[in-house]
Amino acid sequence: MNPRLLRWLLPVLLAAGFLVGWQVLHGQLSPSRRFLLPDLAGLIGAFREHGAVLARAAGYTGLAALGGFGLAVVVAVVASVLLASSELARTALYPYLMILQMVPVIVIAPILILWVGPGWPSVIIVTFLISFFPLVVNTTQGLLSVELAQVDLFRMARASRLQAMFLLRVPAALPYFFTGLRISAILAPIGALTADYIVGTTSGGRSGLGITALLFSARNEIPALYATAITGCLLGFAFVGVVSGLAWLTLHRWHDSYSPSDK
Amino acid sequence: MNAPAASTVPPLIRMQALTKRFGAGLPVLDALSLDVAVGEFVSLIGPSGCGKSTLLRLLSGLTPASGGHITVAGRPTGETGDLAYVFQDPTLLPWLKVAENVETLLRLRRMPAAERRRRSAAALGLVRLTDKARAYPRQLSGGQRMRVSLARALALEPRLILLDEPFGALDEMTRDRIGEELLAIRERQQWTALFVTHSVAEAVFLSSRILIFAANPGRVVHDLPITLPYPRNHDTRLAPAYLGLVAEVSAKLRAVEESAGTIFTAA
Repeated sequence: MNPRLLRWLLPVLLAAGFLVGWQVLHGQLSPSRRFLLPDLAGLIGAFREHGAVLARAAGYTGLAALGGFGLAVVVAVVASVLLASSELARTALYPYLMILQMVPVIVIAPILILWVGPGWPSVIIVTFLISFFPLVVNTTQGLLSVELAQVDLFRMARASRLQAMFLLRVPAALPYFFTGLRISAILAPIGALTADYIVGTTSGGRSGLGITALLFSARNEIPALYATAITGCLLGFAFVGVVSGLAWLTLHRWHDSYSPSDK
Repeated sequence: MNAPAASTVPPLIRMQALTKRFGAGLPVLDALSLDVAVGEFVSLIGPSGCGKSTLLRLLSGLTPASGGHITVAGRPTGETGDLAYVFQDPTLLPWLKVAENVETLLRLRRMPAAERRRRSAAALGLVRLTDKARAYPRQLSGGQRMRVSLARALALEPRLILLDEPFGALDEMTRDRIGEELLAIRERQQWTALFVTHSVAEAVFLSSRILIFAANPGRVVHDLPITLPYPRNHDTRLAPAYLGLVAEVSAKLRAVEESAGTIFTAA
């Protein structure tokens, strides 16, 4: 069978099988428990009914995720260049970078609200905290993973530190940077959604997917909760898709991970 | 160019009691005194640990000497700009196209773009890779990558080229071909070469002079002129004189390796 066709057909078949299984499972539940797993019609109904609300919430959470993610990228790149340039900085700062990732969001959430207020600013800070670490670790590793002989080559040409950084280390770090970016792109929307759940606000109609889930949950609207979860997944896919596209654009011409297979 | 009388030409490289030591123990290079004249092609051969590669690193200024003096064109190492180094691996930057790789070192010297392009085109022509100028390194074979690495060195228009086992990873056919190309380029250009290798046949084919090193401590035990006339080509490899020299150098090298462990070897 045509392998290209198979690449499309297999996931589609799997999805169809999954939906059929879902529907069958729904039918198998006793009527009193069917609300736990709405049927497909119920799900579509939920999207119809709450589509506008979900879209607005997804937009809000998406923007907040983008804000925190973007901030994480900028700070991580600057920090990585600093860390890669100085062994002293690495030794001194590394433990604290890890602490940044270990910060329990739920615990500091009330503090954040006191500091910067609920909603937008808090959500961005939490998203930043969640997506920063994979970026800074991978990028620093990349900046340091230059072949010794290439460093010698630059030394022999009496390249300045700036030249060695921007003509050698930064390009060499790109594949590592994108590895970190992919991980963070998965974490950022989930982080923003969770943050919205904890530190979000309903005031001014500026609620994200987290607050929306909270409201649906309070009103016991189970199909709408499923719809919210699916919307969150779609947001995550959008992030990962864009980042994968950027990685492809940057790396596919020269990096080995994109070489055409010789099968 | 009008060459002055041989006696008045100062050596390109002058080493006096050159010593290199890493930590305690026997020096990697022990009081080496040696001159290399302009235009020589000198191969360095010997067991591993005899300091051949260290000598190239000393010459390039990558590592400082522990004792003695070393000058290139009358100046201390690290100050001469007209020196090129070819590594064991091609060490190309995979994110740059072939032509850009050849230009890299020129760019680091802030050479104007037009001059860079002229030199890179000329160097790629010399290694016969003009048609690959816009390819990425991963699209090239191992031999082609090494030729790009060579072109990058030639683009510097150096007076001295240091080659550290550059063809060691290539198959024999490719290796022989590149060696022939290197000599053909040398016919048209004037540079002096120091060439580290493990292959006696390669050393004899390329060189005007072979230095056989011994280890522990690293020192030169034989300094052999190779009198085969240039230009040399694939026919040279069949000449009895060439085969005789290969046998002679091999025998000397074997004697050095067999006496390894004893410090007092006849020089």
